[in-house]
Amino acid sequence: MDKIVGYLPILIGGMGVTIAVAILSMALALTLGAGFATLYLRGGRLGRAATTSYTTIARGVPDLVLMLLFFFGGERAINSVLALMGYERISLSPFFIGVVTLGFIFGAFLAETFRGAYLSVPHGQIEAAQAIGLAPRRILGRIIFPQMLRLALPGFTNTWLVMLKSTAIISIVGLQDMVGLADKAGKATREPFVFMLAVILFFLALTAVSGNLLHRLERRYRPGF
Amino acid sequence: MHGLEPSGALRLAVRDLHKSYGSLEVLRGISLEAHQGDVIALIGASGSGKSTFLRCINQLEDCSQGEIFVNGEHLDLVHRKGRRVARDPRQLRRIRSKLGFVFQSFNLWSHMTVLENLIEGPTRIHGMHRDEAVALAQSLLERVGMKGREGAYPAQLSGGQQQRIAIARALAMQPEVMLFDEPTSALDPELVAEVLAVIRDLATEGRTMLLVTHEMAFARDVASKVVFLHKGLVEESGPPAEIFGAPKSVRLTQFLKHVRLN
Repeated sequence: MDKIVGYLPILIGGMGVTIAVAILSMALALTLGAGFATLYLRGGRLGRAATTSYTTIARGVPDLVLMLLFFFGGERAINSVLALMGYERISLSPFFIGVVTLGFIFGAFLAETFRGAYLSVPHGQIEAAQAIGLAPRRILGRIIFPQMLRLALPGFTNTWLVMLKSTAIISIVGLQDMVGLADKAGKATREPFVFMLAVILFFLALTAVSGNLLHRLERRYRPGF
Repeated sequence: MHGLEPSGALRLAVRDLHKSYGSLEVLRGISLEAHQGDVIALIGASGSGKSTFLRCINQLEDCSQGEIFVNGEHLDLVHRKGRRVARDPRQLRRIRSKLGFVFQSFNLWSHMTVLENLIEGPTRIHGMHRDEAVALAQSLLERVGMKGREGAYPAQLSGGQQQRIAIARALAMQPEVMLFDEPTSALDPELVAEVLAVIRDLATEGRTMLLVTHEMAFARDVASKVVFLHKGLVEESGPPAEIFGAPKSVRLTQFLKHVRLN
């Protein structure tokens, strides 16, 4: 029992890592999602082709495969480019690779969510704004964006919850997150179930709390629909 | 009765407006003038181009040829990438703010309350102070018989109520000319009258209006001038008494036979 309690501070640190990975990955996913959705809607045929290629790859290849590809292939690719330019080798941390992988994958889901939300704003809403002489920038900020938010939130909530769980795979390339540390601690103490139980409770708490917050946000933007 | 003020200032002039969808020419040269206080009803079969004409006036649709003047100001249109668009988007926005447009399907902003719908334009475009815009909105709500519904969302209102709010929203911009695009066509029959009553009040107080409508009796009673469109051209126009009482063209005679004048 003492042995288990002794691991507590380490596990709490792991929770912090998991949360940090999730938040940074989501920030990257939001950026990629918004960027590619815009590219799809405004970038002409080339923009649509680029977005379709991205979402097809990111949503079609298993997350573990992509992560291993980035982990082993990414570092090598970057270093061969750096070598050509005469720079020193770098090494990529599991944390960095994890954030890039999850951001890359879930950015594709969000690109679809945002694109769908944009297209679901009825054209009449935009015409009414044009008709009074509202500028395009204002139409985006005052009419399209608030309506998109409502339409995109359920999809966003879903993406966030799935992504939270997916952070667990990063432990495979050596990330010292909640899952990786619990696994190690379980092996060291020969009490794997105790630590896995802690992981389960941690993730359940995290998804319950954030899911609840997001549902509140959905309610906040629901009036009028 | 409204036709008695033809000497009023010229609010809107459209010269030789053309529009094509590919090889199909839906507007084939329409000209029209509206002076202060004119109430012009545009009638015609569906496909005659009357809605398209109205939408071209404030450039919700582009036109391939023709000139538009609002309150004497010429809208400067140039060809760009195969379309004819405003040279200066700011000028277009200024002109649009002088044209109140009322849609068939209301198009109230669904995420905003009634009050927010009404003050959006005045505060964002005219730079009006919020208190002043709210006061203006209140008086307009009273005029369209919707006082007390400031906090309602559009989805909580009936179609007739939504359309009355949409009219108030257009009026809040203090436009020179009101453009109505079949304002009662999407309404249940029992809700039509309340919207027509509001439009009738506006006509009585001397507003300059263009009205695309299928309500022939209303056009006859309220309009100072009726324009009958057929296949993208003005087939016949004149005072309602002449248009409905003594149509000259065969097309108009046929058209009037098919619509009810109740």
